[in-house]
This record gives sequence, C-alpha cells and structure tokens, in this order.
Amino acid sequence: MLELKNIEFKVQSSKGELEIIDKVNLKLESGKFYVITGPNGGGKSTLAKLIMGIEKPTGGQIIFNGEDITDKPINERAKLGIGYAFQAPARFKGLTVRKLLSLASGREFPADECSAYLTKVGLCSADYLNREVDSSLSGGEVKRIEIASLMARELKLAIYDEPEAGIDLWSFAKLVESFKAISKGTHESVLIISHQERIMQLADEIVIIANGKIQKQGAKDEIFPELLKQLGEENSCAFRKESE
Amino acid sequence: MLKLDSDILKTIASISDIPEGAYNIRKNGSALGRHSTENIEIIPKKDKPGIDIIIKPNTKGESVHIPVILTETGLNDLVYNDFYIGENADVEIVAGCGIHNDGCQTSQHDGIHTFHIEKGAKIKYIEKHYGEGSGSGERILNPQTIVNLGENAFAEMEMVQIKGVDSTKRDTEAFLDKGAKLVITERLMTHSKQYAESNVDITMNGDGSSAQIVSRSVGKDESVQIFHPRVIGNSACRAHVQCDSIIMGNSKISSIPEIDANNGDAQLVHEAAIGKINSDQLLKLMTFGISEEEAEEIIVQGFLK
Repeated sequence: MLELKNIEFKVQSSKGELEIIDKVNLKLESGKFYVITGPNGGGKSTLAKLIMGIEKPTGGQIIFNGEDITDKPINERAKLGIGYAFQAPARFKGLTVRKLLSLASGREFPADECSAYLTKVGLCSADYLNREVDSSLSGGEVKRIEIASLMARELKLAIYDEPEAGIDLWSFAKLVESFKAISKGTHESVLIISHQERIMQLADEIVIIANGKIQKQGAKDEIFPELLKQLGEENSCAFRKESE
Repeated sequence: MLKLDSDILKTIASISDIPEGAYNIRKNGSALGRHSTENIEIIPKKDKPGIDIIIKPNTKGESVHIPVILTETGLNDLVYNDFYIGENADVEIVAGCGIHNDGCQTSQHDGIHTFHIEKGAKIKYIEKHYGEGSGSGERILNPQTIVNLGENAFAEMEMVQIKGVDSTKRDTEAFLDKGAKLVITERLMTHSKQYAESNVDITMNGDGSSAQIVSRSVGKDESVQIFHPRVIGNSACRAHVQCDSIIMGNSKISSIPEIDANNGDAQLVHEAAIGKINSDQLLKLMTFGISEEEAEEIIVQGFLK
C-alpha cells in the first residue's frame, strides 16, 4: 500500500549538513497495524511528516497504492486517504470542536456522532462540542481532540504521532481501547508512533527507528521481547550516537 | 420593500423585512418606517437629524431595531441617536449601517449614538457595518458612541465591520459608575486599500466596575488599521483589554492598548498581538484535504466570528 524507496531528508545546520532520514526503505501493507518506536530525535516524526507531505524528502520516492506521491501537496495526499494527527496540535481561535470534526470528516457532523468520537478519546461531556479549540482547553484536551479528528476520518492510512503524549493515565486506558477497536473501524491501516508498551502490544508489526535509519522491522512477537530485553540491559543507550 | 433594501437589512441587522417590536429604519437620510411600542418610544428630534429612543424602566425582553441604509451616491448622512434606558430594563438594540454605492461620489454615514443606561439596566447592543456596490465612490462610516453606565448597569456591545467599508473612524467613549459592567467585542476586516481606525476610551469612575474589550481584526491586501483602546481606572475597578490581529498581504496594523490607573485598587491588564496565520493551523486543515486558500478563509472566518 505504501512504499518508501530510499527516502532521504537532509537539513542544513550550523554544523553542516544533517541527515535526519538516511535512505530509508519501508513497506506498509494494507490492513495492518504498525507501531514505530525508537529514541527521541531518531527521525520518527520526520518520517511521518514525509509520508503526509508536511516535509519534502531531499531524495527518494514515496509510492502510495501504486501512485508516485513524492511531489504531491498535503491536501492531495489527504484526498487519497492519508491522515496525520500531530504530536503538538494547533489551536484555533473561534473554531469549535464540532466545526473542527466536521472539517475533518468533510461533512456536517451530527452532534451525537461527534460526542461518540469524543467519548472514544475520553472527552465525555457534551459541553465540548461547542467549546473553541483555543487556549481555554488544556494540552491534554487539545491532544485528544486532535486524535478524535483523525479517528473521525475514513482513511486508508492513519498516522498518529505519539498519541499518548500529555494524556493522563485514565484517558490513556480509554485511548488504548479505542485504538484496539479502530483497526477494525474507519482506518484500513494504522501507523502509530509510540513509546508505550500497551500501544506496541496492539501492533501487527513494530518498526524501530534510530539515527535516521530503520534498525529493525518485524512482527510484534519477534521484535517486542527483544526490545524489552534491550531496554532492561545495560546497553539501553545502544540506540544513541556515541557523540551524544 | 425593495430587494436591495431587504438584502442589506439582512446583512446588517439579521432582518429581511419589518422587524417585530420597536424600530426605526432610516434610508438615504429619511425614515422608511418607524414603530413605537408600549414600553419603547421612538421620537424624532426637532433640532437636528436623529431620534430619541426612550425605554421605560423594567422593560424586559424587548428589542429595538434602528438600521440605516444608504443607496444614493454622494449622500452625506449625519444622525444623532440618543438612547434612554430606564432602571432595571433588559433590552436588545440592533443598529447597523449598510451602504450600497453604485456611483462615483462618496457616500458617508456618521452616526452619533449616546446611551444613558440607568441603575440596574442591561442592554445588548449589536452594530454591523457593511459596504457594497460597483461604483468608484467611497463608502465611509464614522460612528461615535458614548455610553453612560449607571450603578450596576450592564452593557454588552458587539461592533462588527464586515467588509466593503473604505474608510472608518470609530470613536467610543464609556463612563462607568459603581458596580457597572461593560463588555465590548469588536470585529473588523479590511481589504483592498481600506482604512480603519478605532479609538475606545473607558473611564472607570465607580468602585467595583469592570470592563472588557476584545478586539479581533484581519487586515488584508493594502489596508491599514489602527487600534487605540484605553482604560482609565479612577476607582477600585477591574479591566482587561485584548487586541488580536491577523495580518495578511501588504496590510499594516497598529495596536496601541493603553491602561491608566489613578487609584491604588485599580487592576488593569492589556494584551496585544499581531501576526500572520499560524502555519500549524494551515497544515492541520490541509491534512483534512482542504486547499491552502480555503484553509486561510476558514481560519479568518472563525477568528472573526
């Protein structure tokens, strides 16, 4: 369904050229649930943004359902069925939660349907519908609305960037339940960037990214025990560059 | 009623025909219709153009519509409207002015509104300004608003300039007695080569009075906007001034909030921000499949709502 071929993303910094994504090759199949994990700064979010079109690769090709989308803008990729929930979502003065969900789904969203999606992310009060997505909402609330706005879309590939960030333990349990259900719902394939064991447990496949490269990719049952072992051992910094 | 008139009325006063309750519709300098009710009396002034609107004490839940339409090119309309709101009344006042100028001469309306809001009375005032027409003649609106709030009186004022007004200079003054409360919400959009200036002076004379000014604007193209809201705290009062603008194209915006405290118990806050549309907002809407131009429009409309 999605294929990244030799994807490169370099940026200029004061220290010279930095390779954020280093010739990554990745294939995602339809109907599968993927979790990308790995250390901070390893290139996970950048890779997700390259898939959505928020960043443009400096080399390589992105093929989506047989079509080369490397040069397609964000909104056209969205129309092809790719969606992305930001790690740090934007706030909008004057835009209500209901309006945002309606814009996301591309139609006027009925109040009860809206509430159902908000309940999935642990926002249970109907009051949220007419609240503005501005600074009056807490970080955790905005984050959950962001997740709901992606869940509400019918997508071929839904990308969630660290959905657990800033979310309390109670809502997190609810969120995991919702992600469990979603793979059978509105999304054909799901890609979640996460550090959470409970989210990794939902995966069909786990991809480990560090230093801009794919370190490992494979079935959850194969990767997960190994990952736990590594993290438990002394060399838990094995992912990191020595200079850091 | 002519279609043109009813279209303009719909835009500026959310009515398309003769409204319920008291009203005075002014078109091209004379009255198109006027109606008083048992509790709300509208009397034309004898010494100058304009009307007195007298609302009896304890009048509750009634409304007054006083929209103005200008469709003649070259007309310079000046009007004085005085509102007397009796004690403990609670009413809604809908003003607004629409100019349709197909000619090449300037059409101008200057409304001078003075409010006397007695003890314990409450008003909600809505004023929308709008311009249209194919002519090269300018559309100018220079409103002056003076608000006197008695003890524990409350006024909520929503002033909106939708579009099409070439030049505006708004002057608003308010004086607050003990326990009075004033909330001003200003929404302004300018485009092309338009000019807009808004000065608001609020004098807080009574202890326990409070005021809030929220001004949101969008400047597009080559337009120019200047805001100068000022709060003068002469008592143990509270006030918050907030100016927030989105700047687009080659527009220029100045925001000059001012707070003056003349009393040790005055608590005054101001904040002002000008910036272009946040790129994170644009990116987010584009991930919904919306084009950049549409996304901009959605953000602007939401911001000015």
